[in-house]
Amino acid sequence: MSRNPHDTVIPDADDAVVRFDDVSMRYGRGAEVLKDLSFALSPGSFHFVTGTSGAGKSSLLKLIYLAARPSKGLVHLFGRDTSELDPADKPFVRRRIGVVFQEFRLLEHLSTFDNAALPLRIAGRKPETYRSDVAELLAWVGLKNRMRAMPATLAGGEKQRLAIARAVVNRPDILLADEPTGNVDQVLALRIFRLFVELNRLGTTIVIATHDQDLVARSGRPVLHLDDGRLTAMDPEGGGA
Amino acid sequence: MSEPFDLLRWRPQPFLPASDARDGSLIFVVAVLCFLACLTALGVLAGDRAARGWTGQLVGEATVIIRPKNGESPDAAAARAAETLAGVEGVSEARALEREKAYDLIRPWLGDSTDLDDLPVPRLVAVELTSKAPADKAALELALKIQGLDAVVDDHSLWIKDIKRAASLTRWLAVGVFLLIALAASAVIAFATRAGLAARREIVEVLHLSGAEAVFISRLFQIRFARIAATAGVLGAAAAAGAGALLRMAGGGEGLTPVLPLAWSDLFAVLPCPLIAAGVAALAARFTANALIRGLE
Repeated sequence: MSRNPHDTVIPDADDAVVRFDDVSMRYGRGAEVLKDLSFALSPGSFHFVTGTSGAGKSSLLKLIYLAARPSKGLVHLFGRDTSELDPADKPFVRRRIGVVFQEFRLLEHLSTFDNAALPLRIAGRKPETYRSDVAELLAWVGLKNRMRAMPATLAGGEKQRLAIARAVVNRPDILLADEPTGNVDQVLALRIFRLFVELNRLGTTIVIATHDQDLVARSGRPVLHLDDGRLTAMDPEGGGA
Repeated sequence: MSEPFDLLRWRPQPFLPASDARDGSLIFVVAVLCFLACLTALGVLAGDRAARGWTGQLVGEATVIIRPKNGESPDAAAARAAETLAGVEGVSEARALEREKAYDLIRPWLGDSTDLDDLPVPRLVAVELTSKAPADKAALELALKIQGLDAVVDDHSLWIKDIKRAASLTRWLAVGVFLLIALAASAVIAFATRAGLAARREIVEVLHLSGAEAVFISRLFQIRFARIAATAGVLGAAAAAGAGALLRMAGGGEGLTPVLPLAWSDLFAVLPCPLIAAGVAALAARFTANALIRGLE
């Protein structure tokens, strides 16, 4: 894996699923948390976003899943400039993006099965068209026997896998995961990573924000490294540069 | 430990929790406000009826003061005046008051010690007018003049003007109080709805980030809070109707009815309350949900 730690990577991929052009971001009137980011991610690529705590990893993901807007620059998703997206179109763009939140964000009043099926219900699918798929997916993430369980009764690793199942159930084009292995042991972390690899083989673009350097090193996957909000390295093998 | 899960029997659970511990306090607050608003509405109706009653009684009557002349006795002049007035169109009844009644009317000013028989106390004729096309003062004066009677007609117009003004003021005050309470109730319903929705911000965020459209999310909360407010509205309106019924039953000739003339039919006025409460809550939920979602963009 080669890195050029001081140069910002200029993208040249016109068919990128994600493209940042000189993007900066700040919360309110605060200081910039992301500074002049430019990169692009090819369809079907697999990237890690690394950096110390507060380096801007979660903020970068927020820009991709349209939970925040850049204060400067342009973010393109699926070839479309997000600043020009009609608000009515945004939900449909979001449906193409699966997100595994750091704090899971499961709905406590819904069972494991209903939490996993949530994006499909929101997309207006009829239960009979997806219930067997959801059951199969939950079995795949190792929650076959926990389908009726409520989130409050799930262990940390089970919640993590449920959050992943919910993020991928709609077969998104991009899967974003924020510290997906932060609350689990190494064995489970490896298992979760294998899930992501499996999804990536199916064509999903994967972006994982993590500070688990061990996992990054063992995976051999390209890295977007953030240092105080600046992109200081991007592996060219990632297809984005 | 494994749990049995029958895939074929699975039905999707509602997007929002079926019930919430916070719903109880919301229902209580909205129900109390609906109760107050309904009670005020009943007060407005009763006040309006009382005001109409006061003016109606005064408009339907006139008093004629007869001063006998040319040696005619006071009683004979009063009897002749009553007979004359009874024949005027727009008069339903004219009755000469007995001498004692006239004495009773002036006794408070002169006291019991005065020998009233020595005074030229005029006689009075009480005239009841028809409710439809009542005779006016000029018609009564003309009829008496034709008969050569020296009389002064008091159609209570001075009193009626003041009473009408007082009745109108009472009516508008009651309507004003009702509007204030209704507005306050609406504001509190809206505020409570916003607070309830803000407490469910996490659900809004998850649905939003999962690709739910704003209209889909706001509709969920609109229905939810409209249902809560409607339930509270039914409770408040029923309590107000019950209180109104108690007042009505406690009324009668000697009770509250003369002061607060509430009719049984007035109780139907509380019927729109649940619908209005539901409408206000739905609007508040919609605006709040949309504002929340805009904040997430």
